[in-house]
Amino acid sequence: MSAISSKRNIIIVSIAAIAVILLGIFTPLLRLIFGLLIPLTAILVFIGGIIYRVVQWAKSPEPFRITTTCGQQHSLPWIKSNRLDNPHSTWAVIGRMALEVLFFRSLFRNTKAELKSGPNLVYGSTKYLWLGALAFHWCFLVIVLRHLRFFTDPTPSFVLWLESLDGFFQIGVPILYMTDIVILAALGFLLFRRLMDAKLRYISLPADYAPLLLILAIVATGVLMRYTSAKPDIVGVKELMMGMASFHPALPSGIGWMFYLHLLLVSMLIAYFPFSKLMHMAGVFLSPTRNLANTNRVIRHINPWDYPVKVHTYQEWEHEFRDKLKSSGYELDDKS
Amino acid sequence: MYDKEKIIPGIIVFLVLVTFPVWYNLAFGSGNGAPEPQIVSQNEKCVESKDYMRTQHMDLLNQWRDAVVRQGYRMYRTADGALVEMSLTNTCLQCHPNKTQFCDECHNYMAVKPYCWDCHIAPMEN
Repeated sequence: MSAISSKRNIIIVSIAAIAVILLGIFTPLLRLIFGLLIPLTAILVFIGGIIYRVVQWAKSPEPFRITTTCGQQHSLPWIKSNRLDNPHSTWAVIGRMALEVLFFRSLFRNTKAELKSGPNLVYGSTKYLWLGALAFHWCFLVIVLRHLRFFTDPTPSFVLWLESLDGFFQIGVPILYMTDIVILAALGFLLFRRLMDAKLRYISLPADYAPLLLILAIVATGVLMRYTSAKPDIVGVKELMMGMASFHPALPSGIGWMFYLHLLLVSMLIAYFPFSKLMHMAGVFLSPTRNLANTNRVIRHINPWDYPVKVHTYQEWEHEFRDKLKSSGYELDDKS
Repeated sequence: MYDKEKIIPGIIVFLVLVTFPVWYNLAFGSGNGAPEPQIVSQNEKCVESKDYMRTQHMDLLNQWRDAVVRQGYRMYRTADGALVEMSLTNTCLQCHPNKTQFCDECHNYMAVKPYCWDCHIAPMEN
């Protein structure tokens, strides 16, 4: 099967699955498929796929440290080095990785080239991508952690604490979560950003839009379920989820179609995860330009995969072709 | 595979995090199963249908709160035309005086902490 037709098949199957839910046909068999089989398969693909990708990455040798250095390298004691931008110790690397993973330091340096009223190309810093990405990722994390209340009984106290902080302003019933508003704004901005700028639109692929639109659809169904009259029976939802987490599957009826749509979209996202750019979740930890100390000059690094190198020195070469070189009048180093 | 000493612990940390619900419930789970709210009332019907009350009761209570406290309206016309007083104590709790076995049953299971009882006095139960 060619890649294009298999992609088309995936899209057709996805649309058919969504259509089934929207039609609201809920036989026990379909409940089993949408409530248990699809989510469980997706989880297995997610876990297995991520481990597979990471192991594949780890099989590639890392012969040379290609650290990107954005500050003064550590050298002489009286030259002040930039520890976080040009780390030379493990702790400094951990610091740089923490800033990268938690605060997206690379995106903070994002620049934009513009022709501003004149022939000069101006490079300015643009923090909007960094801000949008930071808002989106942190909200996503909080939302995922909040969902633990559907998977644990009793719900751990850090989840309750997070929930009360998220609903701090006690607006409406059910209480409005700040992260729901911020993630919608951030996703909207990230999509808007791709669509507005012609240069960015040109380099954007379906693989760039797919995760954005999928997550937007997941957030939209979640928000509709919480704040509008499309509320599902959440006790039933928790029974289903607890059944999965405790390996005692339960299939409560009458949960509501919006929930099954939400669950299907989430299953799609996590099954798609290992095959997509979303693998940056694991990849950020394995990026060689970030996670290696800049010790190229301090320590001798030896090529890991074919050392010792078999060398043929000049002396050996001269010795091998000694007679031929001599007869051609070549001046030999070894006169003996 | 290179850097086994870092890759393998990394994968183990990932597995521990994604399987959190599984081992957390095994270690600390209450094992209570699904909640079973007890209905002690002789009345056949609530102010709205069972399905509506199951999913939307918080919305209804919020509307009642706003109507009574902010607008001064006291009466509510139900779906089948009856008039009831919009009152937690005089209407809701008349049929459901068993807060621990009715309200708390699902709320505890779902880890929901409604702030009804910040103002209202919880019914006496023996």
